[in-house]
Amino acid sequence: MSTHPTSSQLRNEETLTMVSAINQTLMSEMQRDERVMVFGEDVARSGGVFRATEGLMARFGDDRVVDMPLAEAAILGAAAGLAAGGMVPVPEIQFLGFSYQAMHQLAGQIARFRYRTLGRFNMGITIRAPFGGGVRTPELHSDSLEGQLTNIAGLKIVTPATAADAKGLLTEAIRDPDPVLFLEPLRGYRGIKGPVPSGEYRVPFGQARWAVAGDDATIIAWSYQVEVATRVARRFAEQGISVGVLDLRTLVPLDIASIVDAVERTGRIVVVEEAVPTGGFAAEIIATINEHAFYSLEAPPVRVSGFDTPYPVGMLEDTYVPDVRRIEAAVNKLLNATP
Amino acid sequence: MAPTLHNEDLVGILCEMIKARIASDRLWSLQRQGRIGTIAPINGQEATTVGASWALDPAHDWVVPQYREPMGLGRYGPEILHRFTAWAIGHPEGGHIPDPIRVFPPQISLATQILHAVGLAWALKMRKEPGVALTFFGDGSTSEGDFYEAGNLAGVLEVPVIFLCSNNQWAISTPASRQTASAGFAAKAEAFGIPGVTVDGNDPIAVLEVVGAARERALAGHGATLIEAINYRLGAHTTADDPTRYVPADELAAAQERDPLVVFRRQLEDRGIWDRSMQADAERSGEVAIDEAWAWATNLPLQQTDLFNHVFASPTPRQQQQQRDLTEYLRGTQ
Repeated sequence: MSTHPTSSQLRNEETLTMVSAINQTLMSEMQRDERVMVFGEDVARSGGVFRATEGLMARFGDDRVVDMPLAEAAILGAAAGLAAGGMVPVPEIQFLGFSYQAMHQLAGQIARFRYRTLGRFNMGITIRAPFGGGVRTPELHSDSLEGQLTNIAGLKIVTPATAADAKGLLTEAIRDPDPVLFLEPLRGYRGIKGPVPSGEYRVPFGQARWAVAGDDATIIAWSYQVEVATRVARRFAEQGISVGVLDLRTLVPLDIASIVDAVERTGRIVVVEEAVPTGGFAAEIIATINEHAFYSLEAPPVRVSGFDTPYPVGMLEDTYVPDVRRIEAAVNKLLNATP
Repeated sequence: MAPTLHNEDLVGILCEMIKARIASDRLWSLQRQGRIGTIAPINGQEATTVGASWALDPAHDWVVPQYREPMGLGRYGPEILHRFTAWAIGHPEGGHIPDPIRVFPPQISLATQILHAVGLAWALKMRKEPGVALTFFGDGSTSEGDFYEAGNLAGVLEVPVIFLCSNNQWAISTPASRQTASAGFAAKAEAFGIPGVTVDGNDPIAVLEVVGAARERALAGHGATLIEAINYRLGAHTTADDPTRYVPADELAAAQERDPLVVFRRQLEDRGIWDRSMQADAERSGEVAIDEAWAWATNLPLQQTDLFNHVFASPTPRQQQQQRDLTEYLRGTQ
């Protein structure tokens, strides 16, 4: 497990929104390595529907920053061929829910091409996709698909929760020889802002981060829910209760040691996810706790999830997406649990 | 522009076609003996496959096959048949065609490989490498979305790719007439803004010429071509299929009259460059080729814990733990 960036690293830093951190990282990686290509729907001329790719085409040209025909399978299928042909593709899926239209290329091809060819072809592809709720989108723009995606062997799943991690993890993703699904929280693009180290900054995969240190209970979260969980921890702190927040940062690879550490330290665990709970990633974490740290538990772990429904329309989504009150209630239930 | 063909090319093409048929028949009987898994014979598609490969430059051009063609890609070296045989056995080495051979492994998920070929061709263009990517797929695959997405994308990007639809008339039991209402498969090129060409897929020289022309066009920077090579599947879809349930016997008999191995052999005999002893030699070397492939594939080492290899460039801690646990479990069961 790593800690926050050290103060010496932070001496040269600037405050950025997450979307600016992503944009700057794409700039510097395209500058560093001319094999890096950015392509997707509306990424070039318009700079992306969230402006994450703004300015890239002007700087690197329309052969490396490419507006694609509206076809998700083509975006990912071509990425596989580009990777096999020696390029470093950074495709964008405009919204993660649209990846259903490319799932055969993602799960059936990209994730297993290295395995199928026994290491001949690396799929060094970084697929960027926004996801998560809270911004009143039309259907299929907000779905959290971690449960489905982490069930695909051969994909790394990266879920930054801070602007600094967006930079550090995206840099790592682009340089990683394996396919990475880089999930960006819709609400976080402008809603998350923070210090970002200047210059080269990498965050290794598989190292969770204590967003808040705590002794009485731990909330395990990733992506935007780290922000929500941190608010919950602050409210408990005001009452003198020490609730920690463990930001997983990457779901695959998973930092099991930090999860075990959280259980040993606090004995009480809440796992937060925005997704359908059945077969979901919170369930996976709780199973992992059972395997590795069952006897350190002081109460049964609790998950705060969406529900076993499709992601709902805007007027219902605030009920579906875990918020401060639901997480708080879950923590209270845990704190009051007696054997 | 047709490539210049010498008599030795014609002889070489027929030798490869014979080799492909012999490999296919051998793998069929090995499956019947329970020694390999399901296999899809190439019978009837040898002229299309070998003819197309002969138009390519193995040093620069990629081949992205479906799952029958590897038997007919001897032009890319004997390694292809070795690996394909290992693939048929179910050995992980079967999917690993070593660098620098520019051939992809067999593809099971139909039409997905067409997009891979577009990506490969795009990489060639980006890297300014002189080469093309040729991908094989069947009549059935043209009904998949990926076919249309690939054709459309290639048209927009103007990348050096050749789409070769090997129309063997059958997608398992579904005839080509149930795949499309359009006037042939080459006609679909119109919608992609690329040329579409139909060719007699039983004539390897005709295939070679249209692929050669498509290649010249691609290398000149003019982009993709869709080729429909019309042939006929002379056997079952796979070892798990019984075509007598749906292939009309008279239609099959007529197709057998046009068997590319018979027709092309006759052509070379008429030219005076093929005779009975050459036929016997070609058949013998076809048997040797599959013998060697079988010997190679059946002598590959394998451990059950190899199943973890190469999922990622380096395994995750969780995979390492699973591998250790499996190793220990397997040791306990010995």
